[in-house]
Amino acid sequence: MSLINPGFGLIIWMTLAFGILLFVLAKFAWKPIMAALKEREDSIENALLAAEKAQQAMEELKLGNEKLMQEAQIERDTILKEARKLKDVILNEAREKSIMETKNMIQSAREQITTDKNAALAEIKNTIASYSISIAEKILREELKDKSRQMAYAEKLLKETSLN
Amino acid sequence: MAQHDHKNPVDKLENWQEEIEQEDFKAGEMIIEHITDSYEWHIITVGHTHVSIPLPVMLYDEGEFHFFMSSELHHNNGIYQGYFISDEGFNSGKLVRKDDAGAEIRPDLDFSFTKNVLAIFFSIFLLGFIFISVANSYKKRKGKAPKGLQSLLEPIIIFVRDDIARSSIGEKRYERYTPFLLTIFFFILINNLLGIIPFFPGGANITGNIGVTGVLAAFTFIITTYSANKNYWVHIVNAPGVPWWLKIPVPLMPIVEIMGVFTKPFVLMVRLFANMSAGHIIILGFISLIFIFGEISQGLGFGVSIVSVGFSIFMDVLEILVAFIQAYVFTLLSALYFGMATEEAHHSSETINH
Repeated sequence: MSLINPGFGLIIWMTLAFGILLFVLAKFAWKPIMAALKEREDSIENALLAAEKAQQAMEELKLGNEKLMQEAQIERDTILKEARKLKDVILNEAREKSIMETKNMIQSAREQITTDKNAALAEIKNTIASYSISIAEKILREELKDKSRQMAYAEKLLKETSLN
Repeated sequence: MAQHDHKNPVDKLENWQEEIEQEDFKAGEMIIEHITDSYEWHIITVGHTHVSIPLPVMLYDEGEFHFFMSSELHHNNGIYQGYFISDEGFNSGKLVRKDDAGAEIRPDLDFSFTKNVLAIFFSIFLLGFIFISVANSYKKRKGKAPKGLQSLLEPIIIFVRDDIARSSIGEKRYERYTPFLLTIFFFILINNLLGIIPFFPGGANITGNIGVTGVLAAFTFIITTYSANKNYWVHIVNAPGVPWWLKIPVPLMPIVEIMGVFTKPFVLMVRLFANMSAGHIIILGFISLIFIFGEISQGLGFGVSIVSVGFSIFMDVLEILVAFIQAYVFTLLSALYFGMATEEAHHSSETINH
């Protein structure tokens, strides 16, 4: 029976002792421990969140870089294309220009040649004409040295004219 | 510590010699003596010399205070100032005096600083030392990983906080009750474990004492009642979801619910007390077998001791498990009661159509 007969003194002492324990532990042990645990948990959570954020930022950065690179590549390609086009245009223009110039040069050369030839021909004609005249003069002088011959010739000319 | 000759107060001096020679081993008495409170802390008996720590006895009786050490009870046939330790009946093991009719009666108030009180103070100093040093290491190693004792206790503290307090009481209010739940958990645990150790300063059956478990349960009861909200009382007086004829005209459900308010802490008290006492009784029973058989023949005693020690070791290991389980159960149920008392009303249809 003594097992289930609680001692009055024990109950009083136990209430007192447990009350003190509860107060002391709550104030000097559980409060700092709970605060420290919470602080640590918070800091771990914050660190994890920060890491995630950093990763996200890095991924964004990476994505941005890739985009930038892609853009740069595209720009380079267009620049190269344009340059190539420009080169072709310039080359073509140059070629055309040179052909034209050559043509012009040939044309002018030809014209020069024609004028020169015509001039030369005219001179030759003039020279030949003057030579013919002088030869005819010389022949005439020879033919018409005496009066008889002059008369004969005039007669001949007359004859010829009258015949006509 | 004092050494003295043990004398049973009811035995007369003339058969003292005879009694020593043929003192029978009484297993029941021995077991009860080991698991109940006592006015002194008996440590060891060498031959016929008992070594024990005398503790102060404080009585208030008939308007008078009586202070004396328990060692005074070893002289004069165990009677001091008219008080002696009762041998039988409801008050056995407690200080009584004879009234005019010759019946044993207890003094009006008995504040004696008994074995269990000393053990409680020892465990409280131990707990205070352990947890304040752990708290200091939290302050010292702020934000760092736990180390040493801190890392041993941190998982248990977090377990009590998250799996007992938070899951039973709820996210909003658990922080208010966590200090109490941690305190009862570690108080019960450390005293359960100290109770398994058979030597001083362990061995006092604190959590197997109905007075101690009663105080713990009373704390839970007071906190539950104090923090109970309107919803809790409405639930008791007019339980929702119960047919009306269970409430009117005979208020059957309210009576059951009101009884439940008191049976909950009562069950807490009895469960812890019975579990811890039963474990100790079984272990002491196995040990007693050795002496019972030893009285028949010494050889038989030695033979039985092998089996008995084996079973005792098994029971001790089981008791370690029980120490944790009982600390857990007491704390968990307390947390559940706090959770019930502070639960907010459900705004669901289940309270209407039934």
